[in-house]
Amino acid sequence: MGEEGTHIIAAIVEHKPGVLYRVSNMFRRRNFNIESISVGPVEPRDLARMTIMVKGDEKTIEQVIKHMAKLIDVIKVSRLDPANTVTREMALIKVNSANTRNRSDIINYANIFRARVIDVSLESLMMEITGDHEKINAFIDLMKPFGVKELARTGITALSRGMKSVRIE
Amino acid sequence: MTGAEALVEALKRQKVDVIFGIIGGATLSIYDVLLDSGIRHILVRHEQCAAHAADGYARALGKPGICMATSGPGATNLVTGITNAYMDSSPVIAFTGQVNRFSANTAYMIGRDAFQEADIIGITTPITKYNTQATSASEIPKIVKEAFHIATSGRPGPVLVDLPKDVQVERAEIEFPESSGIRGYNPVTEPHPLQVKKALDLLLNAERPVILAGGGIILSNASPELLALAELLMAPVVTTLMGKGCIPENHPLALGCIGMHGSRVANRVVLDADVLFAVGTRFSDRSTGTLTTFCPEAKIIHIDIDAAEIGKNVNVDVPIVADAKRALRVIYEVLTSRAAKKKTKWFSRVKDVKEQYMNEVESAGEGLKPPLLMKELRRLIPEDSIATTEVGQNQMWAFLYFKVYKPRTFMSSGGLGTMGFGFPAAIGAKVACPDKFVVDIAGDGSFIMTEHDLATSVAEDIPVTVVVLNNSTLGMVAQWQRLFFGRRYVSVDLGTLPDFVKLAEAYGARGVRVGSVSEFRMAVKEAVKAEVTTVIDVPISSEENVFPMVPAGKSLKEMIEG
Repeated sequence: MGEEGTHIIAAIVEHKPGVLYRVSNMFRRRNFNIESISVGPVEPRDLARMTIMVKGDEKTIEQVIKHMAKLIDVIKVSRLDPANTVTREMALIKVNSANTRNRSDIINYANIFRARVIDVSLESLMMEITGDHEKINAFIDLMKPFGVKELARTGITALSRGMKSVRIE
Repeated sequence: MTGAEALVEALKRQKVDVIFGIIGGATLSIYDVLLDSGIRHILVRHEQCAAHAADGYARALGKPGICMATSGPGATNLVTGITNAYMDSSPVIAFTGQVNRFSANTAYMIGRDAFQEADIIGITTPITKYNTQATSASEIPKIVKEAFHIATSGRPGPVLVDLPKDVQVERAEIEFPESSGIRGYNPVTEPHPLQVKKALDLLLNAERPVILAGGGIILSNASPELLALAELLMAPVVTTLMGKGCIPENHPLALGCIGMHGSRVANRVVLDADVLFAVGTRFSDRSTGTLTTFCPEAKIIHIDIDAAEIGKNVNVDVPIVADAKRALRVIYEVLTSRAAKKKTKWFSRVKDVKEQYMNEVESAGEGLKPPLLMKELRRLIPEDSIATTEVGQNQMWAFLYFKVYKPRTFMSSGGLGTMGFGFPAAIGAKVACPDKFVVDIAGDGSFIMTEHDLATSVAEDIPVTVVVLNNSTLGMVAQWQRLFFGRRYVSVDLGTLPDFVKLAEAYGARGVRVGSVSEFRMAVKEAVKAEVTTVIDVPISSEENVFPMVPAGKSLKEMIEG
């Protein structure tokens, strides 16, 4: 086994029922693991784009790509070069703020991370944060001591820099 | 036109002449149309047999085999057969009935756990090359066209089409498309010139080249190209189980099969290779033994039409994604202009090794010994006969001692190892090739799993012969218990039930029990002549082992001898 790393795969797939099942089923069947997956329709509207974050060594990633490409509903699949790729993830975080002395600390940290406060109650604060995977990890770690009541992450989505693209002509 | 009529018309346009299946509540409308269609429907007695028979039909002809089942249990009974076809890359197309998509009676609808509802799309997604559910009558012709295209092109494999009842009876304007364009599916068939050049460089400089030929040779009908290239290179050919018969096994360059129960000469020679030229094989664990000890010195050239097979199990030096026939032809054409045909030192050494081992095999024992029976069977039946096998010792005796001379005349469950495959596959093969003698080389444990289709064989007049190597035991498991579990036999004793002669007769077939080699010869000769379904019960010792054997997790070097 080679060295494990995190890899990003972008795929253009048919936008129809069951395609996500086929992809996720292939991962399970071949003993690969999905770190995160995000899916949404693109243009034209009968296509969707999947962004999948996978952990594994070189050989594993090569096999993932080949088995993705083998699926009939997957039209195009590429591995994104981390050095030339912009990745973003969004998270919603609800933090305990019943202790009012903590509240300003939380808001200060949020400002440093460019997170936005989007809901406030007497006991909690909800924030929205966008950034790469690591930035969100760091922000969550920072919030943990206050008590993270609820957390929702979108999984990463990604595009190559410049004119390089994963699309159907 | 209704959806059912569209389906049958689409099948006719694909030149389907036979369907194996069982009718049921969710396929009544389709069968009503089939009645007047001219398509032969062979009513099997269990859906698993429909899938295996379609598989046998497909392997015999190289065209898709069709099976059909009703919703729910009908569909789920196909699952073993479909998985078997998937593992062995066989173009089986399965049609299943399904409960309504929409209905006035909302309790009988998909997702409501209706009577005989099963999520067959969900169930078969990991065991089919593709599957799909029709959502309207008008799309059925396109779905059928695509199903045939996907099943038969690239790396062949099974496709399942699920047909809800309301779609079957829906009336619509139906158009039949001429072509099928699937944007996510475009198999590569032409070899990349740069990779071909690299392969040529290796082959021309090889001192000890060995060709490893797999089932891909048979699937792409590349036997002539394989033989031509082997003779040009004077390279010995070893095959996998799935490749058995892709080169005539009496050819001087053919060394038999490699693997757990490979021949001594094949297992020895393949490990000596300095260049291994592998075509249409997926380097399965049963073929290679432990991977770290499999041809560690050799440069490996791997030709496969499925890119995902390259680098999956072994690391290769020259990957070539292409159709085997095309790739072999291209390589042959360039080589003829560059290589002179010469008998090398390597060839004479291979010949010596081969002769040395041949003599050992000849002395394989007297009495009702399976190796001898396999050789006698081969001698007594026509050269173009089709032999199927079950799984276990019977399969491995056939693998080692039943020589095959022509592609598509030997069928075995290679990947899945499905006991019960051989008999229904023989029925399918006989339907495909009614003029050929078809024999299932069986064990008692396997045959009993699908023997009920003796009824199909007799009722539909599909005469096949079953040779039951009857040791009253699940023999291969008993062999493992004998060798690796200190003779602690558990759950392998099948007793002497049933009486296979009486069983055959109960179905209206012929049953013969033999007590000596000469009686066996007589029984085989009669079966060839009689052309009626015949079960030949051959009692053998339950202490028989299949040797040579490479224990699981060992190198091909570490053969246990008899």
